[in-house]
Amino acid sequence: MAAVMPVPARPRLGRMLSTALFLRPKLMLALLLLPPLLWLGVVYLGSMFALLAQSFFSIDEFTGQIQRTPTLRTYADLFRTAHLDIILRTAAMAAAVTFASAAVAFPIAYYMARYATGRAKTIFYLAVMLPLWSSYLVRVYAWKLILAKEGIVTWMAAELGAGGGLDALLSIPIIGGTALSVSYIGTFTVFVYIWLPFMILPIQAALERVPESMIEASADLGAPPHRTFRNVILPLAFPGVVAGSIFTFSLTLGDYIIPQIIGSSRLFLGQVVYIQQGTAGNIPLAAAFCVVPIVVMSIYLGVAKRLGAFDAL
Amino acid sequence: MDSAVRFHNVSLRYARVLALDGIDLEIRSGEFFGILGPSGSGKTSCLRLIAGFDRPSEGAIELHGRSVAGVPPYDRDVNTVFQDYALFPHMTIEQNVAFGLMVKGVERRERRIRVREILEMVRLEGLGERRPNQLSGGQRQRVALARVLVNQPRVLLLDEPLGALDLKLRQQMQVELRSLQRTLGITFIFVTHDQGEALSMSDRLAVFNRGRIEQIGTPQEIYERPSTRFAAEFVGDSNIVERRDSDTPAHERGVFSLRPEKVHLSTRELRASDRSIAVAGEVADVQFHGASVRYVVSLPDASSMTAVVGNLGSRAEAPAVRSGTRVWLNWNLDDLHRLRESGGH
Repeated sequence: MAAVMPVPARPRLGRMLSTALFLRPKLMLALLLLPPLLWLGVVYLGSMFALLAQSFFSIDEFTGQIQRTPTLRTYADLFRTAHLDIILRTAAMAAAVTFASAAVAFPIAYYMARYATGRAKTIFYLAVMLPLWSSYLVRVYAWKLILAKEGIVTWMAAELGAGGGLDALLSIPIIGGTALSVSYIGTFTVFVYIWLPFMILPIQAALERVPESMIEASADLGAPPHRTFRNVILPLAFPGVVAGSIFTFSLTLGDYIIPQIIGSSRLFLGQVVYIQQGTAGNIPLAAAFCVVPIVVMSIYLGVAKRLGAFDAL
Repeated sequence: MDSAVRFHNVSLRYARVLALDGIDLEIRSGEFFGILGPSGSGKTSCLRLIAGFDRPSEGAIELHGRSVAGVPPYDRDVNTVFQDYALFPHMTIEQNVAFGLMVKGVERRERRIRVREILEMVRLEGLGERRPNQLSGGQRQRVALARVLVNQPRVLLLDEPLGALDLKLRQQMQVELRSLQRTLGITFIFVTHDQGEALSMSDRLAVFNRGRIEQIGTPQEIYERPSTRFAAEFVGDSNIVERRDSDTPAHERGVFSLRPEKVHLSTRELRASDRSIAVAGEVADVQFHGASVRYVVSLPDASSMTAVVGNLGSRAEAPAVRSGTRVWLNWNLDDLHRLRESGGH
């Protein structure tokens, strides 16, 4: 038998460095975490606190100068009827968009997680992600054309003899309008379309983690499919639904482009922030409006936790 | 005795794979039936067909004399203990156990009483408020049992229920499962790849291989009189003896199984008689198993034979048999069992 000679490791710089780090795992961890922590801590949280600080300043009504003395006056301003309307309108829209997205996303996510294999799965992934590859603005403008009075939806409805139905839908007070593209229905439709991938992917990930045997066990114990869905699949997928809803809810709360392009002229939160910090130059009020989604999301997450959304994590 | 489960020429095809190939099987009411086979032999498929998770590609299945074609799992009077237990992680132990009663609409008060009783029976009282991930493997196994027993099914299916437990716990659970089955009188159908487990627990068992049944019988029948080469080698250890030479009388020629513990081994010369055979050989390997010692002996015709000798007597008396020692082997012709080739359809 030939003797196996150990290959002598030539000490090279890279290797020495590797060994040095291997022997000091804490140092390695610190080096790995330093850049993201700097980014999150300084750039992200720093600007967030700067924003919060701004919201406690106020603006001099005559000079338009920002007064850097802490006050709650700007927050009191939020509770004016006009502002409260905007907040409630946006929160209601965000809630409606979230529910609709979850309802549309669940079956797709379920199919992707439990049935699709190989090619079909790839195609579905692509189909879900593909819209994210093209410009958001282009897609929103495309929807404006689709939903316009002279657009394809109106035309199709007329061709199919459903023009009356469309008119009836548009004549509903508040959510209706002269055309889909200038109604809340239109805004809602486009919101759901744009945020859908953010709902599908977390639900799909949650459903992938539910073992097949769990569903079989439920049926085995006598639960018909709707009971299995309600008592087993939905509770286990719920963290995914909540994760998705955090996206859809917060993105809708903050968006200012979609309601600007599609919808009635009544304002949403994001638009107000945009106007206040831009044309109006009222940075404190803009900052105070920015705090609203943060508060709403905190309440939302608190409720979700109460409902046990994170128990299965 | 009436039958609990009956398979009539059942086949099951998954995509291109034939998982079960023309199975005929009758499991009697109240028996502890073992399904034994290597992985991929179709034993779990068999269980899934009884539970209703899969439907046979061909053939028919009866439960208690009634065809279950088109009957979904939730309408079958059958419950399963899953290999991974499949406990619901978002429910407490109590809720897990009460699940079957809940979906059947049993009233809350009665549910509580029955759940408490069954948790006592599997000795988990006081753990009802916990979650599955707060329990040990053995405790989870008991929860899985309690969750099905509370429904009082007529047939209980167990898919490798002890596979995830360590040896001591497994032996203890084997005893408990048996006594549970005797007290309740429910038909237990038990899938395992562990032949020792199948032998020690089953009233009868079926040996599966490549989607077919090699042999059905009591553990004694299968061990003492294996009918195929596969059964002989899979259940216990076996020497396969081929007797084709011309000195053998024609009616005694064939392929036979010989259990290693029936082979006598000696360092002194052993003689053949008219009812026994003796050969000399050289020990090739010695494996110490604690309660017994297993010797692999090379024979002059280049084949080898295994002999298992009980670890009796003190060390001083034990013959110094090690690799290379010349030994004599001897066995009775009555201990040879004629085999038919596997899958002889």
